Amino acid sequence: MYGRRFGIFIAIYLVSVFLALPDNAYAMHIMEGFLPVQWCVFWFALTIPFLIVGLWSIQKTIKHNPSLKMMLGLAGAFAFVLSALKIPSVTGSCSHPTGVGLGAVLFGPWAMSVLGCIVLIFQAILLAHGGLSTLGANTFSMAVVGPFVAYAVYKACQKSGAPLGLSVFLAAALGDLLTYVTTSLQLALAFPAETGGVVASFVKFMGVFAFTQVPLAVSEGLLTVVVFNFLAAYNKRELQELSVLPGEVRA
Amino acid sequence: MSATAKNLASKNLFLLVIVVALILLPLMTQRDAEFAGADGQAEEVITEINPGYEPWFNSIWEPPSGEIESLFFSLQAAIGSGFVCYYLGYLRGRKKEQEE
Repeated sequence: MYGRRFGIFIAIYLVSVFLALPDNAYAMHIMEGFLPVQWCVFWFALTIPFLIVGLWSIQKTIKHNPSLKMMLGLAGAFAFVLSALKIPSVTGSCSHPTGVGLGAVLFGPWAMSVLGCIVLIFQAILLAHGGLSTLGANTFSMAVVGPFVAYAVYKACQKSGAPLGLSVFLAAALGDLLTYVTTSLQLALAFPAETGGVVASFVKFMGVFAFTQVPLAVSEGLLTVVVFNFLAAYNKRELQELSVLPGEVRA
Repeated sequence: MSATAKNLASKNLFLLVIVVALILLPLMTQRDAEFAGADGQAEEVITEINPGYEPWFNSIWEPPSGEIESLFFSLQAAIGSGFVCYYLGYLRGRKKEQEE
């Protein structure tokens, strides 16, 4: 049942990617110093409330059920691994997935804003990847937009009765993809083209960031399903406690 | 192996094979691509749109070489996957114990 659906999906995906192939593209977070000061401040201001609610949400989850700490660690660790993997893409360059979709499905979008931000701080300080001045903007795209998209997609899919695997796949893949669409938008807003303004720049940055991300988003979706399958098989009770899976919690 | 475990293993193996194929495909189809991971392209677009733009802040520390950088990247992946696998193994053991 998985086989046919994925087969069709991959066929459509391959055709669309090869049709839209831009020449060359690199895709990552916004580099240190590459966002004008006022935009850095703006994105920080927008992101901080999410982090505060996120910390509060994590505290509430753990206080309510201390045994969930380990699973929270899993969500963070998964984002840690995936954002360290630079994967080649059909555009002839590399990018990395974000890994925030899993945690967003498990713990809701708020908690992931905190975990995603921690990953970004690690990369900014030790790897000169992304940056501290652009941390607000990068946290907003990867740890706010990504998880919120993933969470909304998951809930919508579940409501419409989609199979569990497909819901998780779409949630993680779209969360990943929209992260990089947001990055493109952030750069376009800061650097509008002389002719065509923000829209023209957006298209340009989309060419750099978003296309490369398409196959990676698919990979991230599949890897998230792998871990989720495992959780569903071996830790059903905690998934039910988190209301990720329907069902009565037996004490 | 129990039925659940077998079912899970074959399902996940199938998904992982697709992921590997997705990663290998670009390497095979784009044989002369550089696969550079630098953030250079976005930088180029910025300079194209706004030639006068100067980064106003530099990284406080940069890995001195590509080797050191890859050390940190692999460290990041190792820490992450270490925990993921520890936890998944823990779950599996716990479930087994409960069933006995």
